[in-house]
Amino acid sequence: MNIIIALIIGILFASSIYLMLHQSFFRLILGIIIFGYATIFFLFVIGGVTENSPALLGGKLPSSISELADPLPQALTLTAIVISIGVQLFLIVLLKRVYSATGTDDLDELNVTDDLDKKLK
Amino acid sequence: MLIYLPLLILLYAAIACLLFWNKPKIQEYLAVSATIGLLGVASLLLKNVYQDGIISSQLGGWSAPYGITLVADTFSALMILISSVTALVCIIYAHDNIDKLRKSKGFYIIFLFMLFGINGAFLAGDIFNLYVWFEVMLVASFVLLSLGSTKAQLEGAVKYVVLNFIASGFFLTGIGLLYRVTGTLNMASLSMVIQEVKSPELVTLCALFFLLSFGIKAAVFPLFFWLPASYHTPPMAITGLMAGLLTKVGVYAIIRFFTLLFVNNTDFTHTLLLIISGLTMVTGVLGAIAQKDTRKLLSFHIISQIGYMIMGLAIFTPLAIAGAIFYIIHNIIVKTNLFLISGITGKINGSFLLKKSGGIYDHYPYLALLFVISAFSLAGIPPLSGFWGKFTLAKAGLENGDMMIVAVSLIVGLLTLFSMTKIWSKVFWPAMPESQVNEQRPPVKFSMILPVVLLAAITLYIGLFPSLLLDIAMQASQQLLNPEEYISVVLNKN
Repeated sequence: MNIIIALIIGILFASSIYLMLHQSFFRLILGIIIFGYATIFFLFVIGGVTENSPALLGGKLPSSISELADPLPQALTLTAIVISIGVQLFLIVLLKRVYSATGTDDLDELNVTDDLDKKLK
Repeated sequence: MLIYLPLLILLYAAIACLLFWNKPKIQEYLAVSATIGLLGVASLLLKNVYQDGIISSQLGGWSAPYGITLVADTFSALMILISSVTALVCIIYAHDNIDKLRKSKGFYIIFLFMLFGINGAFLAGDIFNLYVWFEVMLVASFVLLSLGSTKAQLEGAVKYVVLNFIASGFFLTGIGLLYRVTGTLNMASLSMVIQEVKSPELVTLCALFFLLSFGIKAAVFPLFFWLPASYHTPPMAITGLMAGLLTKVGVYAIIRFFTLLFVNNTDFTHTLLLIISGLTMVTGVLGAIAQKDTRKLLSFHIISQIGYMIMGLAIFTPLAIAGAIFYIIHNIIVKTNLFLISGITGKINGSFLLKKSGGIYDHYPYLALLFVISAFSLAGIPPLSGFWGKFTLAKAGLENGDMMIVAVSLIVGLLTLFSMTKIWSKVFWPAMPESQVNEQRPPVKFSMILPVVLLAAITLYIGLFPSLLLDIAMQASQQLLNPEEYISVVLNKN
């Protein structure tokens, strides 16, 4: 199980970086979203993967505390999800504004800030 | 309690501003009075911490290491004080620098929230809370940067947002890994647990994740490319604040983590920091020399100056870290001032391009004088504040036998002077360009000159009487290198 999760996280990170390296806005957005998922998933499983043993809900207590799910990474994950969704939404709206202001969806053409003197002429 | 006030003042002021969404005038009064109040509280906090030692508090009533910890040691208190000074001058400057549209779209609210995030990051005693404070600060800075939606701003914001999102992702990954290795997130208890971890190479791995993440935020080599692409795009009051404070929050986090937590493998981590600092200084200043726009030139100087701060941390002696802290304070003031001055000259000339500027010395000699104070201080000419910062760092480097980095830092100082004379010889010294000779010379608004005079006065004061700030920096450095007091204050209190 752990191997599979590690592989999934690895693939998510790799594909997000691959997508972000493209020129188009849409792939940048997809890349950012997948990157957010990858970090959140990593954070979620960091406490170890357990089966059917929530820490705070009571029920049958297992023999040792290490068999219980660690609640802290779950709490951290919730916070991180909220924050990353907020930033992703901001980025999507920002890219939409950029698209309507510049008329391009090619990241390589975003170079107004690099040669201001040329554009000011 | 005193430690909550720097946060509560800003939070309440921002909420009050939200209630007056349609009345930017009232928002401005609220924001200015909040920053003045913050300045008072911050001075009081620094005085208390300096005299009576570290203060800590647990939000929500859970005792450390389970609760949400706020800690103010001398370093944090000093950073809060300096951030309130910068905020105050920028908000005065904003009165005439920020247009009506931006003010009516919530400039003051976002400004206060950003400051709220910055102060929270300085006070956080728990790494996950530090992450949350960082995000509060970053999201506010995203909005400030793109507020007004000019083409250049939007493009700058894309680069800034994407790279900072990735940095935050690495930060989160580092937090997860560190929690897996140590089982705690509280900085004070981490500092103890981390000494006994069975696999120290995993701790070094965590250190690299944090270095990468804070490195992007602090704009060190080779992670600085977003900075010169975005910082020069918004109006000068916003650029001044961001240039002064945001990267320094990254530097603050690097210094905090690499003195409190990651001190076991200094052979590797601090040598890496030393190399990074040298390259940051050199690439920053070389980039600055090549620029044709005042704002971009100054943006590259931010990067170069970050190198000095990291250098102090990397040498890792009490004197060097005191030098780095002194340098941060000096640099925030000088850097903000240079941006604000260039905002005024840009307004007079109608352009920030070097070749389209000129005539400032002829018509506004006092402005030229104010520029000289800040520029010479940035380059480290005695007796201005930059000299003492560089002197302390160089002395610490020589005592520790790091000749190489001292030599690099001195050469970079010379190149800094060279690029400052470039601004001087294009913007201040020559006559006005022909195209603008007949235009009326606008008088400089009082609200724009007052912040510049204030900051120049602080630079002069630090330069002429450096002993007080050096003493405070020395105490902060002792606290950072001997974390026993920090740990006992946080963990023994309910």
